[in-house]
Amino acid sequence: MSVVKSGARSRDEESSPGAPREGPDPAQRERRERRAALRSRLDVRLSPYLFVSPYFILFGMFGLFPVLFTFWISLHEWGLLTGNQGFIGLENYAGLLGDGKFWQALVNTLGIFLLAIVPQLLIALLLADTLNRRLRFRGFFRVGIIIPYITSIAAMAIIFGQLFGREFGLINYALEMIGVGGVDWPNNRLASWTAIAVMIDWRWIGFNTLIYLAAMQAIPRDLYEAAAIDGASRLRQFAQITIPMVRPTIMFTVIIGTIGQMQLFTEPVIFGQGVAGGTQGQFQTVAMLMFQEAMERQNFGYGSAIAWVIFLLIVVFALINILFVSRIRSAG
Amino acid sequence: MTTSTRADGKESASGGSRRRRTRSRPGGTREANPLTYVALLLTVLLSVFPLYWMFVVATRGNAAIAQRPPAITPGGELTENVVQTLQNEQANFALGLLNSLIVASVTAFSVVLFCSLAGFALAKLRFTGRNAITLAVILTMMVPIQMAVVPMLIMMDAFSWRGDLQAVIVPFMVTGFGVFMMRQYALQGVPTELIESARMDGCSMPRTFFSVVLPALRPAMAVLGLLTFMQNWNEFIWPIAVLGPSNPTVQVSINQLNEGYTTNFALMFTGAALATLPLLLVFVVFGRHLIGGIMEGAIKG
Repeated sequence: MSVVKSGARSRDEESSPGAPREGPDPAQRERRERRAALRSRLDVRLSPYLFVSPYFILFGMFGLFPVLFTFWISLHEWGLLTGNQGFIGLENYAGLLGDGKFWQALVNTLGIFLLAIVPQLLIALLLADTLNRRLRFRGFFRVGIIIPYITSIAAMAIIFGQLFGREFGLINYALEMIGVGGVDWPNNRLASWTAIAVMIDWRWIGFNTLIYLAAMQAIPRDLYEAAAIDGASRLRQFAQITIPMVRPTIMFTVIIGTIGQMQLFTEPVIFGQGVAGGTQGQFQTVAMLMFQEAMERQNFGYGSAIAWVIFLLIVVFALINILFVSRIRSAG
Repeated sequence: MTTSTRADGKESASGGSRRRRTRSRPGGTREANPLTYVALLLTVLLSVFPLYWMFVVATRGNAAIAQRPPAITPGGELTENVVQTLQNEQANFALGLLNSLIVASVTAFSVVLFCSLAGFALAKLRFTGRNAITLAVILTMMVPIQMAVVPMLIMMDAFSWRGDLQAVIVPFMVTGFGVFMMRQYALQGVPTELIESARMDGCSMPRTFFSVVLPALRPAMAVLGLLTFMQNWNEFIWPIAVLGPSNPTVQVSINQLNEGYTTNFALMFTGAALATLPLLLVFVVFGRHLIGGIMEGAIKG
């Protein structure tokens, strides 16, 4: 409130400069000045909180509250139409432990994660190192590799769904051309994981490359010069200068990638046209299982328990990463 | 900010990357050989080909998919496909495009405004709890919102927002990433003396923000606005869960084209192309700023 007033005050002053000074008697003028000083103090005091409050109000309502509410729901038997059927403690979580579909979804999620993240980061590192050399058309190459990042997951999944088609897919056509037989991408478990991993990598390699490139450009060039004088090969420079220098950035991308991958949903959903994840659930991820339970079976409590397990997985992965980093730091 | 910076093919929006370019580049001594160019060109081809193929199918239709050898050049059926897609009864495609334009623009505007406000306060104003609040913002970036779908749906039912655009706008009006990004930029990009002199001249805090700070934040605002626009244009899970096919965003429309007994690939690909085209245009105009922004964010973040 004070800010609104002080805003009005400064406008007033602007429209009639010197107005307060024309006060009829000194007492009134003093009172006016004191009030102005108070307003200004309140302005300085309150404005910062006012400025950050939209973020915290909106985040509180649509971020923090729903996440806590999810935990509350997960402790209940709760259906879409039936509503809250009462507190059942950790029963939903205990149910997960004995649920074969959950374990399969967990293995699928981790499998796709590994299949996607390792090549993704390796290729991005090599690409970034290449782009960090003295190069013509640098702008063109950068634009070229980041283009997939602007494509929506929905559009991408439609395209790749076709590229990986069993009978008419371009990829199988190419495989048959070089004499390798076609692959039943959606129905073979490992093949379906690979197809999904390729989609993820196609979208994210360029983004990671730019992040690595930014980190690499901060490496002092005399390190490379000295190494070159010592006769270190390019591969050796890459392994012994570039990689160690960008290690914090690598960890950053691993954490970001992990958070994204644990929630993997859209690519496999469109690839399999539904949250079932293939005929046998061979590529159903944990997030897809959550949706299946919460939306299709309308079992809110069980779905929410799955959501919290995903959240805990993310936290565990983040902690492992942090431990790993500090281990490397103390070792180096 | 303008297209003219792009025209010479080298300029970048933010001061940071311009500085980086003029400085002798770190890896500069290491010459690239022809093989490098071949490898890079191959990478770019692999990056662009799926998108290119999407447009090929969109201009040819179903025949292009079943053809042996596969068609890889554009055909002449674009107009029919577009008309068919827009007229598809399930998809509401035109409405989807319009809705996405509204949703992406409003969220981008709101994220830029609120995150600039918070970012500026956290970077430049001294107040009790500033460090704690900054830490809180960073922690909120770890919270996976997608996992809160169930309570969000319950909330939307309680507000009677289901099927309305505010259900896909209001929850995304701020982002922790945005606050953090604006804070990092304001730390270096907004001179403290500028703020102090505005205060000396009798500007109130809100006025200082709007007339002094915002202009200084402009490059970062452009990047954040672009990223937010893209993100909300491409958002898929939440609109599908909360909006439904009668009032879709464009991504929901694409998914609707996929429904039905026989899949019409011509429609799906045309829909995907129509939904990608606006972002592609934005990217052609602002691509270098975006690249600069991603790299800036990486260095400071």
